[in-house]
Amino acid sequence: MSADIIISVRDLQKHFNAGAVHALNGVSVDIEKSEVLVVIGPSGSGKSTFLRCLNLLERPTGGSVVFEGVDITAPRTNINLYRRRMGMVFQHFNLFPHMTVLRNLTLGPTELLKKPQAEAEGKAMQLLERVGLADRAGAYPSQLSGGQKQRIAIVRALCMEPDVMLFDEPTSALDPEMVGEVLDVMKELAKMGMTMVVVTHEMGFAREVADRVLFMDEGVIVEQGTPEEIFDRPRSERLQSFLAKVL
Amino acid sequence: MAESFASLKESFVFNFIEGARWKYITNGLLVTLKVTFFALLLGIVIGVVVAMIRSSYDKTKDEMQPGPGKWAMTVLNAVARLYLTVIRGTPVVVQLLIGYFVIFVSSTNTVFVASMVFGINSGAYITEIIRGGIMSIDPGQFEAGRSIGFNYIQTMRFIIIPQAFKNVLPSLANEFIALLKETAVCGYIGLMDLTKGGDVIRGRTFSAFMPLIAVALIYLILVIFFSWLVGKLERRLRSSER
Ligand SMILES: Nc1ncnc2c1ncn2[C@@H]1O[C@H](COP(=O)(O)OP(=O)(O)OP(=O)(O)O)[C@@H](O)[C@H]1O
Ligand SMILES: [Mg+2]
Repeated sequence: MSADIIISVRDLQKHFNAGAVHALNGVSVDIEKSEVLVVIGPSGSGKSTFLRCLNLLERPTGGSVVFEGVDITAPRTNINLYRRRMGMVFQHFNLFPHMTVLRNLTLGPTELLKKPQAEAEGKAMQLLERVGLADRAGAYPSQLSGGQKQRIAIVRALCMEPDVMLFDEPTSALDPEMVGEVLDVMKELAKMGMTMVVVTHEMGFAREVADRVLFMDEGVIVEQGTPEEIFDRPRSERLQSFLAKVL
Repeated sequence: MAESFASLKESFVFNFIEGARWKYITNGLLVTLKVTFFALLLGIVIGVVVAMIRSSYDKTKDEMQPGPGKWAMTVLNAVARLYLTVIRGTPVVVQLLIGYFVIFVSSTNTVFVASMVFGINSGAYITEIIRGGIMSIDPGQFEAGRSIGFNYIQTMRFIIIPQAFKNVLPSLANEFIALLKETAVCGYIGLMDLTKGGDVIRGRTFSAFMPLIAVALIYLILVIFFSWLVGKLERRLRSSER
């Protein structure tokens, strides 16, 4: 195994409803350190399921996910330790509404990483500064716009100092005028060398930021390659017709 | 009219003032409030624990790996279900008698025994209230907690329960009001609560009207007062939402 592979996915299978739904049908991929991997595909193709299997929010029914050499799908692994190292950003933000922004950001670091409160707050404020939201530290999530919520959600994940960031359609629930501010934060992250797996319908972002694009359909990776290969020279008919619809 | 008022006043003085018999009422009221308060506290503790057992079992039973963890959860869940069935399937007076004459026989502290019995009893109902509260929370909250690296218990403690609790506060306050009235059967184990206090006066003065109506009025005033508080609380909670 090459030294700079951080997550290695082997023959991933996921059935729902006692086998009635076959969401993933043998997905294998190696994710390299500092790589930005963008996953595209039609609705119901298994993109979210794939992403959620990486941190075991969904338990795969077959295959394995190996994180830095450790098979985290093995029954005895303590998945909580690995989830800390994989930040996740959801379509609907999922900020904790009963806590201030600052508490949202420091809860994990203080309770799980056992950081002193002051240190956790310092780090949180520093990151808030970077996304331009330092003045909202004392606000509650209900007082923020969608774009602000999503930037806070990204910062919340970053406060755990993860090795990988997982994004599941982070801009799909946003008003169009707020998409840019979230994508800008993600671009900056990519520039800083964060390993990212991004499920998105933002083809512009994929083309600009992705190192590699995966096209999924019906639970399998149909095609993968650089943005140029995927968008300019699609080989399979399924990808061609998908692109014709979305571009 | 003046005559009947005079006789009412006379009856009042006879029932409550003479022999300082009003103390049966005030002391009884204190006991009633104490038992209700401690029972509610215990009920909430039991309710939160049992609700967590029940909902965590329902949520994880399909994906848990076989082993001691799964075995323990299955046993805990079975115990929780048995508790709910027994408590909700038997009259509280019977539970009170069993508590006093069978379980806590060695205790002479009837306030303690009554608080335990009513706490264990209301825990079963509070379990359902809290379970409803937990289920009303967006599953995304749970996933967000788990994705940060919190385990099941931590996610419940920091993220789900505080939100669920806020949602069910009005229901818990209503449970308090219901308990206040239910504890009126405490006299069965010789506890001098409000109801028993009125009844003792009746036994002393051989007049039923004045002491029993007074007891009823006090309950009524308390219930109206607490219901008003709950109403205020509900409006406050609603206005604090987005
Ligand atoms: N919890 C679940 N229970 C049952 N079926 C599910 C569940 N989650 C996903 N599925 C099914 O699995 C398949 C893949 O779903 P998934 O959410 O991964 O698709 P997706 O590519 O993310 O789609 P979208 O673009 O709409 O988000 C779909 O057929 C979906 O209905
Ligand atoms: Mg999806």
